Amino acid sequence: MVTDARDHGLDAAAIEARGLTRRFGSLVAVDHVDLTIPRAAIYGFLGPNGSGKSTTIRMLCGLLEPSAGTVRVLGHEMPREAEPMRAKLGYMTQKFSLWDDLTVRENLQFMARIFGLNGAESQSRIAEISAEFELEKLLPQRAGTMSGGQRQRLALAAATLHHPELLLLDEPTSAVDPRSRRDFWESLFVLVGRGTTILVSTHYMDEAERCHRLAILDRGRLVGEGMPKELMGSIPAIVVEIDADDVASARGALQQDPAVKSVAQLGTRLHALIDPQTPDAEARIRQRLASAGVAAQVDVVRASLEDVFVAATGFRRDARPASVEI
Amino acid sequence: MFERILAVAMKELRQLSRDRLSFGMIIGVPLMQMLLFGYAINFDVRGIPAAVVDEANTSHSRALVADLGATGVVRFLEPAPGVDELRRRLNAGEISVGVYIPADFERRRLQNDRAVAQLLVDGSEPIIDSVARGLAQVPLPQRRGTIAPRRSPFEIRTEYNPEGRTAVQIVPALIGVILNMTMVIFTAAAIVRERERGNLELLITTPIRPGELMAGKLLPYVFIGLLQTTLVLVVGAWIFDVPVNGGLVHLYAAAGLFIAATLTLGLLISTVTKTQFQAFQLAFFTMLPSILLSGFMFPFDGMPKFAQWLAQLLPLTHFVEMIRGIVLRGAPITDLGTQAAKLTVFLTVALVIATLRFRKRLD
Repeated sequence: MVTDARDHGLDAAAIEARGLTRRFGSLVAVDHVDLTIPRAAIYGFLGPNGSGKSTTIRMLCGLLEPSAGTVRVLGHEMPREAEPMRAKLGYMTQKFSLWDDLTVRENLQFMARIFGLNGAESQSRIAEISAEFELEKLLPQRAGTMSGGQRQRLALAAATLHHPELLLLDEPTSAVDPRSRRDFWESLFVLVGRGTTILVSTHYMDEAERCHRLAILDRGRLVGEGMPKELMGSIPAIVVEIDADDVASARGALQQDPAVKSVAQLGTRLHALIDPQTPDAEARIRQRLASAGVAAQVDVVRASLEDVFVAATGFRRDARPASVEI
Repeated sequence: MFERILAVAMKELRQLSRDRLSFGMIIGVPLMQMLLFGYAINFDVRGIPAAVVDEANTSHSRALVADLGATGVVRFLEPAPGVDELRRRLNAGEISVGVYIPADFERRRLQNDRAVAQLLVDGSEPIIDSVARGLAQVPLPQRRGTIAPRRSPFEIRTEYNPEGRTAVQIVPALIGVILNMTMVIFTAAAIVRERERGNLELLITTPIRPGELMAGKLLPYVFIGLLQTTLVLVVGAWIFDVPVNGGLVHLYAAAGLFIAATLTLGLLISTVTKTQFQAFQLAFFTMLPSILLSGFMFPFDGMPKFAQWLAQLLPLTHFVEMIRGIVLRGAPITDLGTQAAKLTVFLTVALVIATLRFRKRLD
């Protein structure tokens, strides 16, 4: 049952979706997704490209009409009540969508006016936000000449000018370097601290791990949901880490074993996901590698988020998102 | 080497076949050009609207009018009660040729050295003047036994452009052509560009309303259009000696209406195209018939019915009539109510379609 969020006031979830579905012709991009996204938290959408992250976000902000299902965002039913919700929403598109041929200041002034800030408010808010996002020196520079990290700071600044209650960020860090990504996440935590609800889609595992809660999407379906720790603790597989000199042979030997559901390489080591019913998995793997003549160190380890992801997507190899960047 | 050339060529063809609009242009452009040029370029003009004032009303004068009508060059509308009415109708663009037969027609007919009648010709349109000169060669109807007069029976008065200068006919209408070109392309491209670059996806998640967004996007072009109008008029007067006979208020009112109509056409194009290139192509596609069929270069009355009907759908046709009326014939905009009404209809219909098509969604 869909509960009326307005009855619950601020205690209610920021976003409630039930049976959310979107079809493009015969393609089902989002398939009966149920979501409850709490307020003042960072909620992550993790999934490979084409898993339906962007389509879901676009339905949440009223850019796309759901083919079926209901969505309530900040108490407003979408897409019918999209207009009153928009003043409380900040949205960062996957692609930089401010104006390349305007300066940083001009871009911010324009967005401030669109969000209805008056001259004085706009001026003080731009001063405040450019200090917060280290944009002061860049104010007279045209956005088109800036680096990926700088543009992304500008985009986040523009999206938060009007103190939105909800921020929707669609793969915000896909075009920036690791340092900028780290700074960006610091900014997100500051915003959450002030009570903003943030929904961020990503295909980076390290980013997903920083979220308070996480939804794993695969081919339009919700295949896992919970706090990252919970997800890693309840993975339906035994995770075995193999440190072998000859990684390729080790991998070949492991793939022979029907109990091994997936093998993935992380740096120089291999992670094998073993059927949880397997008795004494560690010994079984050691034995298999020894009989294949591969010298290796074998340990059962705590699952990483990537292991969770592989398990959630049915151990398919094509579902793999980008690995953790080091 | 040939392998690589072939690979590039094949790739090019494959991409072209996937851009349906561009692919359509390959067939559409030559077909449309053939038809347009075939229809529009016609110096053998027939059916020019005309009216007669016959103050003599003798059997001879009636025979002369019948002979003129029989050439097929002119098509007589209702006769006018007097010269003033004839001039008014010429001024309002209802007729392009007026035939005035004075009361002393019979006496003049016998005096071989005097013109027996007058042809009033609208010199603001191209070609009409030379067609009227051909018409003036129609001889007086003869009775047995009388001597044929040696010279043309008509005195020709070319109104509004007595020297018959082409610049006078072209420059005011050029305002329309220039506005049509810039307004349609600028607005279509300006809106499609934001869609292409992703700005629109951001804008439509903000509280801005579609109407506000559109109005804001179009407003600057209204000023640009009025600026262009002024530029053409000033340069036309300065270099080509094109007079402005009508009131400037009327002129700018007509220009404003036309700018609004072309902006809406641009808006409409932006709602059916995905890339700037497609918008440009489609704008060009509407440009060509506008230039050829509007009466800018070739007399509208000389075109076949189908072409005239098609031209009614183009805002430029109505504007060319209006601007020539105001600038050259000094007509007030109130006399050009029909054209203004047609432009308003175009504007309204295009605006409704564009608004229905443009919604604050991506789907």
